[in-house]
Amino acid sequence: MCNMDNYKYLIIGNSAGAVGCIEGLRSIDKSGTVALVAEEDSHVYSRALIPYYLSGRITREQMYYRPFDFYDRARVSVIKGHRAVKIDSAERVVELDNGGRLGYGRLLIATGGKPVFPPIPGFDQQQNVFGFHSLPDLQGIEKELIYAHNAVVLGGGVIGLMAAEALHKNGMKVHVLELSERLLAPVVDETVSRLVEDALQKAGVALYLNNTIAQVNGDDWVESVTLKDGQIIPCDLLIVGVGVAPRAELAEGTDIAFNRGIVVNKKMQTSVPGIYACGDCASTYNFVTGAGQNLPLWPNAYLGGRIAGFNMAGIERAFVQGTTMNAMHFFDVNIVNAGINVTGSNQDDSLGVIQEYEQNSRNYRKFVLSESGQLKGFILVGQIARAGIFLNLMRRQIDVRAFQQDLFKKDFGYADLPDALRWELLQDDVILGVV
Amino acid sequence: MGRIKAKPEFCMGCHLCEVWCAVAHSKSKHIIKAFLYEQDKPLPRLVVEENLPLTFALQCRHCAEPDCVAACISGALWKDPESGLVIHDPEQCVGCYSCVLTCPYGSIFINPGKREIVKCDLCTGLDTMYCVSHCPNEALVYEDS
Repeated sequence: MCNMDNYKYLIIGNSAGAVGCIEGLRSIDKSGTVALVAEEDSHVYSRALIPYYLSGRITREQMYYRPFDFYDRARVSVIKGHRAVKIDSAERVVELDNGGRLGYGRLLIATGGKPVFPPIPGFDQQQNVFGFHSLPDLQGIEKELIYAHNAVVLGGGVIGLMAAEALHKNGMKVHVLELSERLLAPVVDETVSRLVEDALQKAGVALYLNNTIAQVNGDDWVESVTLKDGQIIPCDLLIVGVGVAPRAELAEGTDIAFNRGIVVNKKMQTSVPGIYACGDCASTYNFVTGAGQNLPLWPNAYLGGRIAGFNMAGIERAFVQGTTMNAMHFFDVNIVNAGINVTGSNQDDSLGVIQEYEQNSRNYRKFVLSESGQLKGFILVGQIARAGIFLNLMRRQIDVRAFQQDLFKKDFGYADLPDALRWELLQDDVILGVV
Repeated sequence: MGRIKAKPEFCMGCHLCEVWCAVAHSKSKHIIKAFLYEQDKPLPRLVVEENLPLTFALQCRHCAEPDCVAACISGALWKDPESGLVIHDPEQCVGCYSCVLTCPYGSIFINPGKREIVKCDLCTGLDTMYCVSHCPNEALVYEDS
Protein backbone atom coordinates (compact mmCIF):
# COMPACT_ATOMS: atom_id res chain seq x y z
CA MET A 1 0.00 0.00 0.00
CA CYS A 2 1.78 3.08 -1.21
CA ASN A 3 0.72 6.72 -1.47
CA MET A 4 -3.00 6.09 -1.62
CA ASP A 5 -5.35 9.03 -1.29
CA ASN A 6 -7.95 8.65 1.41
CA TYR A 7 -11.28 10.43 1.43
CA LYS A 8 -14.00 10.57 4.02
CA TYR A 9 -16.53 10.40 1.19
CA LEU A 10 -16.01 8.88 -2.22
CA ILE A 11 -18.58 9.12 -5.01
CA ILE A 12 -18.46 7.07 -8.18
CA GLY A 13 -20.46 8.71 -10.94
CA ASN A 14 -21.05 12.26 -12.10
CA SER A 15 -24.72 12.92 -12.67
CA ALA A 16 -27.88 13.68 -10.70
CA GLY A 17 -27.17 11.21 -7.87
CA ALA A 18 -23.63 12.46 -7.36
CA VAL A 19 -24.73 16.09 -7.25
CA GLY A 20 -27.58 15.26 -4.88
CA CYS A 21 -25.14 13.47 -2.59
CA ILE A 22 -22.66 16.36 -2.58
CA GLU A 23 -25.37 18.93 -1.89
CA GLY A 24 -26.85 16.76 0.85
CA LEU A 25 -23.66 15.92 2.68
CA ARG A 26 -22.17 19.40 2.33
CA SER A 27 -25.23 20.88 4.02
CA ILE A 28 -24.19 18.81 7.06
CA ASP A 29 -20.43 18.24 6.85
CA LYS A 30 -18.59 21.28 5.53
CA SER A 31 -15.07 19.98 5.96
CA GLY A 32 -14.91 16.20 5.40
CA THR A 33 -12.88 15.30 2.32
CA VAL A 34 -14.91 14.36 -0.77
CA ALA A 35 -13.70 12.85 -4.03
CA LEU A 36 -15.66 11.96 -7.15
CA VAL A 37 -14.68 9.58 -9.93
CA ALA A 38 -16.12 10.47 -13.34
CA GLU A 39 -15.76 8.25 -16.36
CA GLU A 40 -16.52 11.02 -18.84
CA ASP A 41 -14.21 14.01 -19.18
CA SER A 42 -17.02 16.53 -19.20
CA HIS A 43 -18.23 18.79 -16.41
CA VAL A 44 -21.46 17.48 -14.88
CA TYR A 45 -24.26 17.70 -17.44
CA SER A 46 -27.87 16.62 -17.58
CA ARG A 47 -28.56 13.62 -19.79
CA ALA A 48 -32.22 14.57 -19.70
CA LEU A 49 -31.36 17.68 -21.71
CA ILE A 50 -30.01 15.81 -24.73
CA PRO A 51 -33.29 16.09 -26.67
CA TYR A 52 -33.61 19.79 -25.78
CA TYR A 53 -30.15 20.51 -27.10
CA LEU A 54 -30.67 18.45 -30.22
CA SER A 55 -33.92 20.24 -31.03
CA GLY A 56 -32.25 23.63 -30.65
CA ARG A 57 -33.95 24.75 -27.46
CA ILE A 58 -30.69 25.20 -25.54
CA THR A 59 -26.99 25.68 -26.21
CA ARG A 60 -24.25 23.21 -25.40
CA GLU A 61 -23.30 25.29 -22.33
CA GLN A 62 -26.84 25.12 -20.99
CA MET A 63 -26.56 21.34 -20.74
CA TYR A 64 -24.38 21.71 -17.67
CA TYR A 65 -26.39 20.80 -14.61
CA ARG A 66 -24.43 22.96 -12.20
CA PRO A 67 -22.13 25.98 -12.64
CA PHE A 68 -18.50 25.32 -13.56
CA ASP A 69 -17.29 26.21 -10.07
CA PHE A 70 -19.70 23.77 -8.43
CA TYR A 71 -17.09 21.21 -7.41
CA ASP A 72 -14.59 23.83 -6.27
CA ARG A 73 -17.14 25.56 -4.12
CA ALA A 74 -18.19 22.22 -2.64
CA ARG A 75 -14.48 21.32 -2.18
CA VAL A 76 -14.77 18.08 -4.12
CA SER A 77 -11.70 16.50 -5.72
CA VAL A 78 -12.83 15.37 -9.15
CA ILE A 79 -11.00 12.54 -10.87
CA LYS A 80 -12.16 12.75 -14.48
CA GLY A 81 -11.70 10.36 -17.36
CA HIS A 82 -11.29 7.31 -15.20
CA ARG A 83 -13.45 4.39 -14.33
CA ALA A 84 -13.67 2.65 -10.99
CA VAL A 85 -13.10 -1.03 -11.67
CA LYS A 86 -13.07 -2.72 -8.27
CA ILE A 87 -14.26 -2.24 -4.72
CA ASP A 88 -12.38 -3.83 -1.86
CA SER A 89 -14.96 -3.41 0.87
CA ALA A 90 -12.80 -5.02 3.57
CA GLU A 91 -9.97 -2.54 3.03
CA ARG A 92 -12.38 0.23 1.99
CA VAL A 93 -10.49 0.90 -1.21
CA VAL A 94 -11.68 1.59 -4.75
CA GLU A 95 -9.40 0.70 -7.62
CA LEU A 96 -9.36 2.74 -10.84
CA ASP A 97 -8.71 1.66 -14.42
CA ASN A 98 -5.26 3.25 -14.31
CA GLY A 99 -4.29 1.26 -11.24
CA GLY A 100 -4.92 4.19 -8.90
CA ARG A 101 -6.35 3.39 -5.50
CA LEU A 102 -8.68 5.54 -3.44
CA GLY A 103 -9.49 4.89 0.18
CA TYR A 104 -12.91 5.81 1.49
CA GLY A 105 -14.84 6.11 4.71
CA ARG A 106 -18.24 6.14 3.00
CA LEU A 107 -18.76 5.22 -0.62
CA LEU A 108 -21.63 6.11 -2.97
CA ILE A 109 -22.16 4.11 -6.12
CA ALA A 110 -23.98 6.40 -8.54
CA THR A 111 -22.88 4.80 -11.79
CA GLY A 112 -26.23 5.21 -13.52
CA GLY A 113 -27.43 3.05 -16.35
CA LYS A 114 -26.34 2.00 -19.78
CA PRO A 115 -28.47 1.89 -22.90
CA VAL A 116 -29.56 -1.60 -23.85
CA PHE A 117 -28.53 -2.71 -27.35
CA PRO A 118 -30.64 -5.73 -28.22
CA PRO A 119 -28.95 -8.51 -30.18
CA ILE A 120 -30.00 -7.98 -33.81
CA PRO A 121 -28.54 -9.73 -36.85
CA GLY A 122 -26.27 -7.35 -38.73
CA PHE A 123 -25.51 -5.13 -35.72
CA ASP A 124 -21.76 -4.74 -35.91
CA GLN A 125 -20.46 -1.50 -34.43
CA GLN A 126 -21.64 0.49 -37.43
CA GLN A 127 -20.69 4.14 -37.19
CA ASN A 128 -24.16 5.65 -37.51
CA VAL A 129 -25.74 3.75 -34.60
CA PHE A 130 -26.12 5.54 -31.29
CA GLY A 131 -27.79 5.39 -27.93
CA PHE A 132 -29.53 8.54 -26.72
CA HIS A 133 -27.83 8.71 -23.40
CA SER A 134 -24.49 10.52 -23.30
CA LEU A 135 -22.50 13.41 -24.71
CA PRO A 136 -20.51 11.05 -26.93
CA ASP A 137 -23.85 9.77 -28.30
CA LEU A 138 -24.94 13.34 -28.88
CA GLN A 139 -21.70 14.32 -30.61
CA GLY A 140 -21.96 11.30 -32.86
CA ILE A 141 -25.57 12.07 -33.74
CA GLU A 142 -24.73 15.70 -34.49
CA LYS A 143 -22.09 14.68 -37.00
CA GLU A 144 -24.52 12.42 -38.84
CA LEU A 145 -27.27 15.07 -38.85
CA ILE A 146 -25.49 16.93 -41.61
CA TYR A 147 -25.92 14.08 -44.09
CA ALA A 148 -28.79 12.05 -42.76
CA HIS A 149 -32.31 12.14 -44.16
CA ASN A 150 -33.86 9.03 -42.72
CA ALA A 151 -33.60 8.33 -39.03
CA VAL A 152 -34.79 5.09 -37.49
CA VAL A 153 -35.54 5.09 -33.78
CA LEU A 154 -35.69 1.67 -32.20
CA GLY A 155 -38.00 1.90 -29.19
CA GLY A 156 -41.28 3.78 -28.69
CA GLY A 157 -40.78 4.60 -25.03
CA VAL A 158 -40.02 7.96 -23.44
CA ILE A 159 -36.41 8.10 -24.67
CA GLY A 160 -37.19 6.89 -28.17
CA LEU A 161 -40.03 9.37 -28.60
CA MET A 162 -38.02 12.31 -27.32
CA ALA A 163 -35.29 11.33 -29.77
CA ALA A 164 -37.86 11.05 -32.56
CA GLU A 165 -39.25 14.52 -31.93
CA ALA A 166 -35.79 16.11 -31.74
CA LEU A 167 -34.70 14.46 -35.00
CA HIS A 168 -37.97 15.45 -36.65
CA LYS A 169 -37.29 19.07 -35.67
CA ASN A 170 -33.96 18.71 -37.47
CA GLY A 171 -35.86 18.09 -40.66
CA MET A 172 -35.38 14.35 -40.82
CA LYS A 173 -37.84 11.72 -41.86
CA VAL A 174 -38.20 9.77 -38.64
CA HIS A 175 -39.33 6.15 -38.32
CA VAL A 176 -40.19 4.84 -34.86
CA LEU A 177 -40.22 1.09 -34.29
CA GLU A 178 -42.05 -0.30 -31.29
CA LEU A 179 -42.22 -3.98 -30.47
CA SER A 180 -45.46 -3.70 -28.51
CA GLU A 181 -48.82 -2.78 -29.99
CA ARG A 182 -48.71 0.79 -28.68
CA LEU A 183 -46.28 3.55 -27.79
CA LEU A 184 -45.19 4.21 -24.19
CA ALA A 185 -46.75 0.88 -23.28
CA PRO A 186 -45.50 0.36 -19.74
CA VAL A 187 -45.65 4.05 -18.80
CA VAL A 188 -49.18 5.12 -19.74
CA ASP A 189 -52.49 3.50 -20.59
CA GLU A 190 -53.96 2.88 -24.01
CA THR A 191 -55.93 6.14 -24.17
CA VAL A 192 -52.75 8.13 -23.69
CA SER A 193 -50.80 5.95 -26.10
CA ARG A 194 -53.33 6.74 -28.80
CA LEU A 195 -53.14 10.49 -28.10
CA VAL A 196 -49.36 10.40 -28.40
CA GLU A 197 -49.53 8.29 -31.56
CA ASP A 198 -51.90 10.86 -33.06
CA ALA A 199 -49.58 13.73 -32.22
CA LEU A 200 -46.56 12.03 -33.75
CA GLN A 201 -48.38 10.97 -36.88
CA LYS A 202 -49.86 14.42 -37.35
CA ALA A 203 -46.35 15.83 -37.22
CA GLY A 204 -45.24 13.35 -39.87
CA VAL A 205 -43.37 10.77 -37.82
CA ALA A 206 -43.83 7.26 -39.20
CA LEU A 207 -44.82 4.67 -36.61
CA TYR A 208 -44.32 0.93 -36.91
CA LEU A 209 -46.09 -0.87 -34.08
CA ASN A 210 -45.81 -4.60 -33.36
CA ASN A 211 -42.59 -4.31 -35.23
CA THR A 212 -38.86 -4.28 -34.79
CA ILE A 213 -35.63 -4.69 -36.72
CA ALA A 214 -35.05 -8.18 -38.05
CA GLN A 215 -31.85 -7.32 -39.89
CA VAL A 216 -29.52 -4.36 -40.04
CA ASN A 217 -28.10 -3.83 -43.54
CA GLY A 218 -24.73 -2.21 -44.22
CA ASP A 219 -21.16 -2.84 -43.20
CA ASP A 220 -19.43 0.23 -41.80
CA TRP A 221 -22.57 2.29 -41.94
CA VAL A 222 -26.14 1.12 -41.56
CA GLU A 223 -27.83 1.78 -44.89
CA SER A 224 -31.24 0.31 -44.24
CA VAL A 225 -33.10 -1.90 -41.81
CA THR A 226 -35.31 -4.85 -42.61
CA LEU A 227 -38.27 -5.05 -40.27
CA LYS A 228 -39.87 -8.11 -38.73
CA ASP A 229 -42.76 -7.82 -41.20
CA GLY A 230 -40.39 -7.66 -44.18
CA GLN A 231 -40.53 -3.92 -44.92
CA ILE A 232 -37.21 -2.29 -45.67
CA ILE A 233 -36.65 1.28 -44.45
CA PRO A 234 -33.72 3.43 -45.59
CA CYS A 235 -31.65 4.44 -42.61
CA ASP A 236 -28.91 7.06 -42.35
CA LEU A 237 -29.01 7.25 -38.58
CA LEU A 238 -30.11 4.56 -36.14
CA ILE A 239 -30.98 5.51 -32.59
CA VAL A 240 -31.37 2.70 -30.08
CA GLY A 241 -33.69 3.79 -27.30
CA VAL A 242 -35.20 0.58 -25.98
CA GLY A 243 -34.22 1.15 -22.39
CA VAL A 244 -31.52 1.54 -19.83
CA ALA A 245 -30.07 -1.19 -17.63
CA PRO A 246 -28.43 -0.58 -14.24
CA ARG A 247 -24.65 -0.25 -14.41
CA ALA A 248 -23.65 -2.37 -11.49
CA GLU A 249 -20.46 -4.11 -12.62
CA LEU A 250 -18.75 -2.73 -9.54
CA ALA A 251 -21.00 -4.77 -7.30
CA GLU A 252 -20.02 -8.00 -9.03
CA GLY A 253 -17.65 -10.10 -6.98
CA THR A 254 -18.56 -8.21 -3.81
CA ASP A 255 -21.13 -8.88 -1.10
CA ILE A 256 -23.29 -6.05 -2.40
CA ALA A 257 -26.75 -7.51 -3.02
CA PHE A 258 -28.15 -7.05 -6.52
CA ASN A 259 -31.70 -7.54 -7.74
CA ARG A 260 -32.41 -5.59 -10.92
CA GLY A 261 -30.25 -2.88 -9.42
CA ILE A 262 -28.01 -2.52 -6.40
CA VAL A 263 -30.32 -3.19 -3.47
CA VAL A 264 -30.52 -0.36 -0.94
CA ASN A 265 -32.67 0.29 2.11
CA LYS A 266 -34.52 3.55 2.75
CA LYS A 267 -31.27 5.08 4.00
CA MET A 268 -29.73 4.21 0.62
CA GLN A 269 -27.33 1.74 2.25
CA THR A 270 -26.34 -1.36 0.34
CA SER A 271 -25.89 -4.70 2.05
CA VAL A 272 -22.22 -3.81 2.67
CA PRO A 273 -21.44 -1.39 5.52
CA GLY A 274 -20.20 2.01 4.41
CA ILE A 275 -21.40 1.59 0.83
CA TYR A 276 -24.44 3.45 -0.51
CA ALA A 277 -26.07 3.53 -3.93
CA CYS A 278 -28.68 5.65 -5.71
CA GLY A 279 -30.16 6.42 -9.09
CA ASP A 280 -30.34 4.28 -12.20
CA CYS A 281 -27.86 1.68 -10.90
CA ALA A 282 -29.88 1.02 -7.75
CA SER A 283 -33.05 -0.71 -6.66
CA THR A 284 -34.71 1.75 -4.31
CA TYR A 285 -37.84 2.07 -2.21
CA ASN A 286 -41.01 2.85 -4.15
CA PHE A 287 -43.37 4.55 -1.67
CA VAL A 288 -46.45 3.61 -3.67
CA THR A 289 -45.85 -0.13 -3.80
CA GLY A 290 -43.66 -0.40 -0.72
CA ALA A 291 -41.27 -2.59 -2.68
CA GLY A 292 -37.72 -2.11 -3.86
CA GLN A 293 -37.52 -1.28 -7.54
CA ASN A 294 -35.25 0.23 -10.17
CA LEU A 295 -36.68 3.75 -10.63
CA PRO A 296 -34.41 5.26 -13.29
CA LEU A 297 -35.73 8.80 -13.29
CA TRP A 298 -33.98 12.10 -12.69
CA PRO A 299 -35.84 13.26 -9.53
CA ASN A 300 -35.36 9.85 -7.90
CA ALA A 301 -31.64 9.89 -8.67
CA TYR A 302 -31.09 13.38 -7.28
CA LEU A 303 -33.21 12.81 -4.20
CA GLY A 304 -31.78 9.35 -3.56
CA GLY A 305 -28.30 10.83 -3.78
CA ARG A 306 -29.25 13.65 -1.47
CA ILE A 307 -30.69 11.27 1.12
CA ALA A 308 -27.58 9.10 0.80
CA GLY A 309 -25.48 12.22 1.40
CA PHE A 310 -27.33 13.04 4.62
CA ASN A 311 -26.93 9.49 5.91
CA MET A 312 -23.28 9.31 4.88
CA ALA A 313 -22.72 12.50 6.89
CA GLY A 314 -24.41 10.93 9.90
CA ILE A 315 -27.89 12.49 9.71
CA GLU A 316 -30.59 9.85 9.43
CA ARG A 317 -33.00 10.49 6.59
CA ALA A 318 -35.25 8.11 4.69
CA PHE A 319 -35.89 8.06 0.94
CA VAL A 320 -39.67 7.88 0.92
CA GLN A 321 -40.47 10.24 -1.95
CA GLY A 322 -39.52 8.01 -4.87
CA THR A 323 -41.87 6.29 -7.27
CA THR A 324 -42.31 6.10 -11.01
CA MET A 325 -43.00 9.64 -12.20
CA ASN A 326 -42.71 11.35 -15.54
CA ALA A 327 -43.30 14.81 -16.88
CA MET A 328 -43.36 14.32 -20.62
CA HIS A 329 -44.27 16.24 -23.72
CA PHE A 330 -44.43 15.06 -27.29
CA PHE A 331 -45.09 17.85 -29.76
CA ASP A 332 -48.07 19.69 -28.26
CA VAL A 333 -49.19 16.94 -25.87
CA ASN A 334 -48.26 17.42 -22.21
CA ILE A 335 -48.40 14.37 -19.97
CA VAL A 336 -47.59 13.77 -16.34
CA ASN A 337 -47.92 10.51 -14.50
CA ALA A 338 -46.89 9.04 -11.19
CA GLY A 339 -47.29 5.82 -9.25
CA ILE A 340 -49.07 2.73 -10.44
CA ASN A 341 -50.24 2.69 -14.01
CA VAL A 342 -53.22 0.38 -14.34
CA THR A 343 -53.58 -1.10 -17.77
CA GLY A 344 -55.56 -4.06 -18.98
CA SER A 345 -52.60 -6.35 -18.56
CA ASN A 346 -51.71 -5.59 -14.97
CA GLN A 347 -55.17 -5.06 -13.53
CA ASP A 348 -55.09 -5.56 -9.77
CA ASP A 349 -58.56 -6.21 -8.33
CA SER A 350 -57.87 -4.28 -5.15
CA LEU A 351 -57.34 -1.09 -7.17
CA GLY A 352 -60.13 1.06 -8.51
CA VAL A 353 -59.87 3.42 -11.44
CA ILE A 354 -61.72 6.67 -12.07
CA GLN A 355 -61.13 8.56 -15.30
CA GLU A 356 -62.47 11.25 -17.57
CA TYR A 357 -61.61 12.05 -21.15
CA GLU A 358 -62.83 15.16 -22.97
CA GLN A 359 -62.74 14.46 -26.65
CA ASN A 360 -62.67 18.07 -27.80
CA SER A 361 -60.02 19.48 -25.53
CA ARG A 362 -58.10 16.20 -25.42
CA ASN A 363 -57.85 16.54 -21.69
CA TYR A 364 -57.56 13.26 -19.86
CA ARG A 365 -57.35 12.39 -16.21
CA LYS A 366 -57.12 9.02 -14.59
CA PHE A 367 -56.68 8.18 -10.95
CA VAL A 368 -55.92 4.82 -9.41
CA LEU A 369 -57.35 4.33 -5.93
CA SER A 370 -56.71 1.67 -3.33
CA GLU A 371 -59.56 -0.05 -1.51
CA SER A 372 -59.19 2.47 1.30
CA GLY A 373 -59.38 5.40 -1.12
CA GLN A 374 -55.72 6.32 -1.26
CA LEU A 375 -54.27 7.60 -4.52
CA LYS A 376 -51.89 5.01 -5.92
CA GLY A 377 -51.33 6.51 -9.32
CA PHE A 378 -52.48 9.15 -11.76
CA ILE A 379 -52.07 10.26 -15.34
CA LEU A 380 -52.93 13.73 -16.59
CA VAL A 381 -52.88 14.71 -20.25
CA GLY A 382 -53.37 18.25 -21.49
CA GLN A 383 -54.34 20.18 -18.41
CA ILE A 384 -51.46 19.38 -16.03
CA ALA A 385 -51.42 22.54 -13.90
CA ARG A 386 -50.88 21.93 -10.18
CA ALA A 387 -50.30 18.20 -10.71
CA GLY A 388 -48.01 18.19 -7.69
CA ILE A 389 -51.00 18.45 -5.39
CA PHE A 390 -52.03 14.96 -6.54
CA LEU A 391 -48.52 13.68 -5.89
CA ASN A 392 -48.66 15.22 -2.43
CA LEU A 393 -52.02 13.51 -1.68
CA MET A 394 -50.43 10.28 -2.86
CA ARG A 395 -47.33 10.70 -0.70
CA ARG A 396 -49.40 11.48 2.34
CA GLN A 397 -51.70 8.52 1.69
CA ILE A 398 -54.83 10.66 1.93
CA ASP A 399 -58.21 9.00 1.53
CA VAL A 400 -59.64 11.00 -1.39
CA ARG A 401 -63.06 9.36 -1.64
CA ALA A 402 -64.89 12.28 0.01
CA PHE A 403 -63.84 14.59 -2.84
CA GLN A 404 -62.89 12.22 -5.62
CA GLN A 405 -65.14 13.86 -8.20
CA ASP A 406 -63.36 17.17 -7.62
CA LEU A 407 -60.08 15.61 -8.75
CA PHE A 408 -61.33 16.16 -12.28
CA LYS A 409 -61.81 19.91 -11.85
CA LYS A 410 -59.32 21.74 -14.04
CA ASP A 411 -58.51 24.12 -11.22
CA PHE A 412 -58.50 21.48 -8.50
CA GLY A 413 -56.68 22.78 -5.46
CA TYR A 414 -56.54 22.86 -1.70
CA ALA A 415 -59.85 24.73 -1.59
CA ASP A 416 -61.54 21.53 -2.79
CA LEU A 417 -60.34 19.47 0.18
CA PRO A 418 -62.47 19.01 3.31
CA ASP A 419 -61.72 21.76 5.85
CA ALA A 420 -59.93 19.63 8.42
CA LEU A 421 -57.68 17.97 5.87
CA ARG A 422 -56.90 21.23 4.06
CA TRP A 423 -55.86 23.09 7.19
CA GLU A 424 -53.85 20.12 8.39
CA LEU A 425 -51.89 20.03 5.13
CA LEU A 426 -51.44 23.82 5.15
CA GLN A 427 -50.91 24.30 8.88
CA ASP A 428 -47.61 26.12 8.40
CA ASP A 429 -48.86 28.15 5.47
CA VAL A 430 -51.98 29.93 6.65
CA ILE A 431 -53.05 31.80 9.77
CA LEU A 432 -56.45 30.78 11.10
CA GLY A 433 -58.53 31.70 14.09
CA VAL A 434 -57.88 35.41 14.02
CA VAL A 435 -61.48 36.46 13.59
CA MET B 1 -36.21 32.66 6.18
CA GLY B 2 -39.64 34.19 6.26
CA ARG B 3 -42.65 33.28 4.21
CA ILE B 4 -45.89 34.80 3.08
CA LYS B 5 -48.93 33.45 4.89
CA ALA B 6 -52.58 33.79 4.04
CA LYS B 7 -55.37 34.63 6.45
CA PRO B 8 -58.33 32.85 4.86
CA GLU B 9 -60.84 34.51 7.17
CA PHE B 10 -59.69 37.93 5.95
CA CYS B 11 -59.52 37.07 2.27
CA MET B 12 -62.40 38.51 0.25
CA GLY B 13 -61.49 36.72 -2.96
CA CYS B 14 -60.84 39.94 -4.87
CA HIS B 15 -57.84 38.43 -6.72
CA LEU B 16 -55.97 41.73 -6.48
CA CYS B 17 -52.94 39.79 -5.23
CA GLU B 18 -52.88 37.96 -8.56
CA VAL B 19 -53.25 41.21 -10.47
CA TRP B 20 -50.48 42.97 -8.57
CA CYS B 21 -48.21 39.93 -8.67
CA ALA B 22 -48.48 40.03 -12.45
CA VAL B 23 -47.75 43.75 -12.42
CA ALA B 24 -44.76 43.25 -10.14
CA HIS B 25 -43.30 40.82 -12.67
CA SER B 26 -44.12 42.89 -15.74
CA LYS B 27 -41.63 45.03 -17.60
CA SER B 28 -43.30 48.37 -16.90
CA LYS B 29 -44.55 47.60 -13.36
CA HIS B 30 -47.51 49.76 -14.37
CA ILE B 31 -50.93 48.18 -14.05
CA ILE B 32 -52.41 49.67 -17.23
CA LYS B 33 -49.34 49.36 -19.44
CA ALA B 34 -48.57 45.88 -18.20
CA PHE B 35 -51.92 44.40 -19.16
CA LEU B 36 -52.69 46.48 -22.22
CA TYR B 37 -49.45 47.05 -24.02
CA GLU B 38 -46.80 44.54 -23.01
CA GLN B 39 -46.14 41.84 -25.54
CA ASP B 40 -45.59 39.11 -22.95
CA LYS B 41 -48.77 39.27 -20.93
CA PRO B 42 -47.82 39.37 -17.27
CA LEU B 43 -48.68 36.25 -15.30
CA PRO B 44 -49.38 35.94 -11.59
CA ARG B 45 -47.12 33.65 -9.58
CA LEU B 46 -49.70 32.84 -6.97
CA VAL B 47 -53.25 31.59 -7.08
CA VAL B 48 -56.36 32.44 -5.13
CA GLU B 49 -57.76 29.12 -4.02
CA GLU B 50 -61.52 29.39 -4.25
CA ASN B 51 -64.42 27.29 -3.05
CA LEU B 52 -66.90 29.95 -2.05
CA PRO B 53 -67.24 31.32 0.50
CA LEU B 54 -63.69 30.08 1.17
CA THR B 55 -60.88 31.96 -0.55
CA PHE B 56 -57.21 32.33 0.21
CA ALA B 57 -54.02 32.99 -1.72
CA LEU B 58 -51.23 30.43 -2.01
CA GLN B 59 -47.76 30.87 -3.44
CA CYS B 60 -44.37 29.11 -3.36
CA ARG B 61 -43.45 28.18 0.21
CA HIS B 62 -39.71 28.28 -0.54
CA CYS B 63 -39.52 24.84 1.08
CA ALA B 64 -36.54 23.79 3.17
CA GLU B 65 -36.19 20.64 1.05
CA PRO B 66 -37.81 21.72 -2.22
CA ASP B 67 -39.16 18.90 -4.39
CA CYS B 68 -39.07 21.16 -7.44
CA VAL B 69 -35.32 21.64 -7.10
CA ALA B 70 -34.78 17.89 -6.74
CA ALA B 71 -36.87 17.24 -9.84
CA CYS B 72 -35.39 19.98 -12.06
CA ILE B 73 -33.51 18.32 -14.91
CA SER B 74 -31.71 21.45 -16.05
CA GLY B 75 -30.42 23.09 -12.89
CA ALA B 76 -32.80 26.00 -13.49
CA LEU B 77 -34.23 25.76 -9.98
CA TRP B 78 -32.13 25.98 -6.87
CA LYS B 79 -32.36 26.84 -3.22
CA ASP B 80 -30.21 29.83 -2.38
CA PRO B 81 -28.47 28.96 0.89
CA GLU B 82 -28.16 32.57 1.98
CA SER B 83 -31.61 33.98 1.27
CA GLY B 84 -33.48 30.69 1.55
CA LEU B 85 -35.30 31.52 -1.69
CA VAL B 86 -36.12 28.86 -4.24
CA ILE B 87 -34.91 30.62 -7.36
CA HIS B 88 -35.85 29.97 -10.98
CA ASP B 89 -33.58 30.89 -13.87
CA PRO B 90 -35.76 31.17 -16.99
CA GLU B 91 -32.67 31.13 -19.24
CA GLN B 92 -31.70 27.69 -18.02
CA CYS B 93 -35.27 26.28 -17.93
CA VAL B 94 -36.40 23.99 -20.76
CA GLY B 95 -40.04 23.73 -19.71
CA CYS B 96 -40.06 20.01 -18.93
CA TYR B 97 -42.62 20.61 -16.15
CA SER B 98 -41.04 18.13 -13.72
CA CYS B 99 -41.42 20.86 -11.09
CA VAL B 100 -45.13 21.17 -11.88
CA LEU B 101 -45.44 17.44 -11.23
CA THR B 102 -43.62 17.56 -7.91
CA CYS B 103 -44.51 20.87 -6.21
CA PRO B 104 -46.80 19.80 -3.35
CA TYR B 105 -48.49 23.20 -3.28
CA GLY B 106 -49.16 23.50 -6.99
CA SER B 107 -47.27 26.77 -6.86
CA ILE B 108 -45.23 26.46 -10.03
CA PHE B 109 -47.23 28.01 -12.83
CA ILE B 110 -47.11 27.22 -16.51
CA ASN B 111 -46.82 29.98 -19.06
CA PRO B 112 -48.84 28.22 -21.72
CA GLY B 113 -47.59 30.34 -24.60
CA LYS B 114 -43.93 29.68 -24.04
CA ARG B 115 -43.21 26.27 -22.52
CA GLU B 116 -41.79 27.83 -19.42
CA ILE B 117 -42.75 28.21 -15.81
CA VAL B 118 -43.05 31.13 -13.43
CA LYS B 119 -42.92 31.11 -9.68
CA CYS B 120 -42.87 33.43 -6.67
CA ASP B 121 -39.55 35.15 -6.01
CA LEU B 122 -40.80 37.09 -2.97
CA CYS B 123 -40.51 40.19 -5.19
CA THR B 124 -36.72 40.09 -5.12
CA GLY B 125 -35.33 43.45 -6.19
CA LEU B 126 -38.62 45.28 -5.64
CA ASP B 127 -39.37 47.60 -2.77
CA THR B 128 -42.32 45.62 -1.43
CA MET B 129 -43.94 42.22 -1.78
CA TYR B 130 -46.75 43.26 -4.07
CA CYS B 131 -49.31 40.63 -3.05
CA VAL B 132 -48.84 41.53 0.60
CA SER B 133 -48.72 45.29 0.23
CA HIS B 134 -51.64 45.50 -2.19
CA CYS B 135 -54.05 43.25 -0.33
CA PRO B 136 -56.89 45.58 0.64
CA ASN B 137 -57.83 43.58 3.73
CA GLU B 138 -54.43 42.47 4.99
CA ALA B 139 -55.19 38.84 4.23
CA LEU B 140 -51.58 38.22 3.29
CA VAL B 141 -48.72 38.82 5.69
CA TYR B 142 -45.01 38.24 5.52
CA GLU B 143 -43.75 36.46 8.61
CA ASP B 144 -40.08 36.37 9.46
CA SER B 145 -39.16 33.06 10.97
